[in-house]
Amino acid sequence: MEITFYISAAVAILSTMMVITRFNIIHALLYLVVSFLSLATVFFIIGAPFAAALEIIIYAGAIVVLIIFVIMMLNLKGDAIDQEREWLTPQVWVGPAILSFILFAELVYVLGSGNAGASGLPNQLVDSRAVGKSLYGPYILGVELSGMLLMAGIVGAYHLGRQKKKVIHRFLEQKQE
Amino acid sequence: MTEPINPWFIIGGVLAGLLTVAPGLIWFERRLLALWQDRYGPNRAGPFGVLVVLADTIKLFFKEDWIPPFADKAVFVIAPAIVAITVLMSFVIVPFAPGVIVVDLNIGILFFLAMSSMGAYSIILGGWASNNKYALLGAMRGAAQLISYEVFMGLSLMGVVLLSGSFSLQDIVNSQKGMWYVVPQFIGFVTFLIAGIAETHRLPFDIPEAESELIAGFHSEYSSMKFGLFFVGEYLGITLISALVVCLFFGGWLGPDFLPPLVWFILKTFVFIGLFILLRASMPRPRYDQLMEFGWKIILPITLLNLVVTAVILLVQSGAVMNIKF
Amino acid sequence: MGNLKLGFVIWNLKFVILTSMFSILQSMWLVFLHMFHKRETIQYPEEKVKLPARWRGRIVLTRDPDMGERCVGCYLCAAACPVDCISLQATEDENGRRYPEFFRINFSRCIFCGYCEEACPTYAIQLIPDFEMGEYNRQNLVYEKEDLLINGEGKYPGYNYYKVAGMAIGGKDKGQAENEEPPLDIKSLEP
Repeated sequence: MEITFYISAAVAILSTMMVITRFNIIHALLYLVVSFLSLATVFFIIGAPFAAALEIIIYAGAIVVLIIFVIMMLNLKGDAIDQEREWLTPQVWVGPAILSFILFAELVYVLGSGNAGASGLPNQLVDSRAVGKSLYGPYILGVELSGMLLMAGIVGAYHLGRQKKKVIHRFLEQKQE
Repeated sequence: MTEPINPWFIIGGVLAGLLTVAPGLIWFERRLLALWQDRYGPNRAGPFGVLVVLADTIKLFFKEDWIPPFADKAVFVIAPAIVAITVLMSFVIVPFAPGVIVVDLNIGILFFLAMSSMGAYSIILGGWASNNKYALLGAMRGAAQLISYEVFMGLSLMGVVLLSGSFSLQDIVNSQKGMWYVVPQFIGFVTFLIAGIAETHRLPFDIPEAESELIAGFHSEYSSMKFGLFFVGEYLGITLISALVVCLFFGGWLGPDFLPPLVWFILKTFVFIGLFILLRASMPRPRYDQLMEFGWKIILPITLLNLVVTAVILLVQSGAVMNIKF
Repeated sequence: MGNLKLGFVIWNLKFVILTSMFSILQSMWLVFLHMFHKRETIQYPEEKVKLPARWRGRIVLTRDPDMGERCVGCYLCAAACPVDCISLQATEDENGRRYPEFFRINFSRCIFCGYCEEACPTYAIQLIPDFEMGEYNRQNLVYEKEDLLINGEGKYPGYNYYKVAGMAIGGKDKGQAENEEPPLDIKSLEP
């Protein structure tokens, strides 16, 4: 079980790096999907199948599909790839890379020194009932807040997408201006 | 069926069975369509024309495997594989008979939903990589349709999950011993069936392909076995949805004792495959915006209502309402 | 306004669910019933298709009732043919009777329009209700005169061109044809 964990973790890291370095945005998004899938596998292995399934359904299955949907409509070919290539110069990515490497080193240090890494993989399974209980028990506030946020999003989307009813004919409209 | 069967046997059996059923369905569909159109259909090669499947397969294998020079090669090759893989993966959680299941995941249905949402990528990527305007149009329609109908698909299943109290399909089938869920969850059944048809983009809802408007849509640039994989994926998808309808609403392998459970399961599944084909024979294709409107304005409220009503009834039955303090 | 919209949505819902669902189920049921209807298919190689007598199929050259060739080599069929698939060469026998030396139809070009039959003044060339002439070798579709000639009179039995035409050939002088009077002696003073 451990070896599969390490394999999928490595796949997750590699594919995430590929996401950043691809010039073709669809290829980058494909690597993002792979990264989500490997993350879901990690979740599955460490005993959270519910989170794994939701990760795939929501992130890989719905959100990235929507992003790809939008990008397909933008028709980014040729020129856009060249533009990306121009933008991604070493002087752009060196700074953030160093900073995140420092963070990574700190993370490794924390994991190595504390007892987080010592216990190995947990064996108990978090089933959907437990997820539901914790969501609607101790974390009820978070659920309510995110529900409100989503509601605001829906109302906003409705407002943006609403079509105004035209009363004046367009010829008359021009005359008025 | 007391001692567990070797899982490798089950995996091999399921794979072999499905990969014979999928091309077999081509023959089955052509015969049934002919039956409903006052024809005979393929009846020359072999008994009842069964060997027409072999002829089709040989033809597909020996066609030129053409990758257009303007296509995005890597993605173009990956796309047809995705559909076959995801549908085959979904069969992992289908219980064919007591104990005959590849792996009894405790998130069974969620796994199926995850895999079917991944299946949307085959259409999107296939259409995008073809670099052809019709294919792209098909891909965009496909993406929108699959995402929308996945929402209703998940929601329509939740009633069954509430009633049985489990995501595992084996538990769901076992809990239908008293009554099939089609009776209390009739609305769930209808909406799941509609969403399933849209999810496999079968004929009333074959808007991503739409032969007459989009010249086969997302797979118009595909030939040979790459097209064959899309084809097999579609038929496997029909089988999957039929099998799931049977498991979730029609008691899976349950049935009177004179036939073995596996036979009951296959019989029921084929009834629903026949229903899919009957739909193809009798329904016209809706317009794209009609499809989306139907989904969001009719099916979504119905499924939500169904879910809420089911939850309330269950809550009242369990007596938990009395304990709520306002 | 809002109320109206909501009402419309509910009405729409009711309309769609009751009316169109019923009509969908009804049409599915009607299609299903076709299972028990008679098949329209003709199982071709075993069961032959019944063709009408004027069906335009394979082209044949017919004969007189006395088994002489009807074709007089007038080239009208070749001239009428829109795809130029007919070629022939006229010649005369010792009696002065014209006949084609060779007569060739390339059926890989022929479009079975029947113009040759219409053009023919002697009912010699005819299209008959037969279409089973598939070949593996394209060259085999070029029919020579011996392939085209049949020992029969085709669609016009009893018609004999030289018996009704006023032309003199060996064995039949002017005025000897059917319904023909002997030629007038224009030098005579008798009425």
